Amino acid sequence: MIPLSWYLILAAALFSVGLFGVLARKNAIAILLGIELMLNAVNINLVAFWRYGSLASIAGQVFAIIVFAVAAAEVAVGLGLVISIYRRRNTVVADELDLMKW
Amino acid sequence: MTAIQILFILSAVVILGAAVMVVSTKNLVHAALYLVAALFGVAVLFALLDATFLTVVQVVVYIGAIAILFIFAIMLTRREMRDQGEQLNRGWGAAALIGLLTFGGLFMLLSSWRGFNGTAAALPSGFDGVVELGAALVSTDAFVLPFEVASVLLLAALIGAVYVAGTKK
Repeated sequence: MIPLSWYLILAAALFSVGLFGVLARKNAIAILLGIELMLNAVNINLVAFWRYGSLASIAGQVFAIIVFAVAAAEVAVGLGLVISIYRRRNTVVADELDLMKW
Repeated sequence: MTAIQILFILSAVVILGAAVMVVSTKNLVHAALYLVAALFGVAVLFALLDATFLTVVQVVVYIGAIAILFIFAIMLTRREMRDQGEQLNRGWGAAALIGLLTFGGLFMLLSSWRGFNGTAAALPSGFDGVVELGAALVSTDAFVLPFEVASVLLLAALIGAVYVAGTKK
């Protein structure tokens, strides 16, 4: 049987890798890829806590489903924004998007 | 070491290797394909955790919809995809440090928790996670309100994405 700690350590590592991607990548789409990794790490934790905690309360799985829905919404709006910015400014490099910087 | 543990270690290696490639590879199409590999590894973990419905949703929604949406967006912004220059910004050293510190902090925090090495109870006979989940999602005592709010959120995101990305005449 797998101890809970394995899942938690894997999720922490996956979250950290995703965080690195979000902070270090130049391309806006690559930043969104990093966010997906972080959301998946959170989902692993939620489902693991459901399985190793009380099976009767299904809240862990319901939370994971809500995370799925939010991830889908975030990707749709985020990629829509990236495509719109690419059309107007011909770039998807996050450093060059400084219209709102004073 | 049981077969389940070997399966877990294999999928963990696939997930972490693919995740590192997602954040480090120069070609964005490859990054999206590595993301598919990582998402598939997470689906295997869901299956190991007896969350059957989430396994299916992970494959159908994440790999089938979200990853494909990423590949579409990468192809629509193609000029950057061929960019062979540096893909990491100047602060990547600090970003790596923050990532390592996050992992260390999470590890210390979790290992000081007394439930850290907990083991799972065996599934009770006749337990069907899909039935439980479906009942909880539509039960007024449980999660019907978050469920409906999520559907409204999806509708709003759909309209917003179409509006933002659409061309204006």
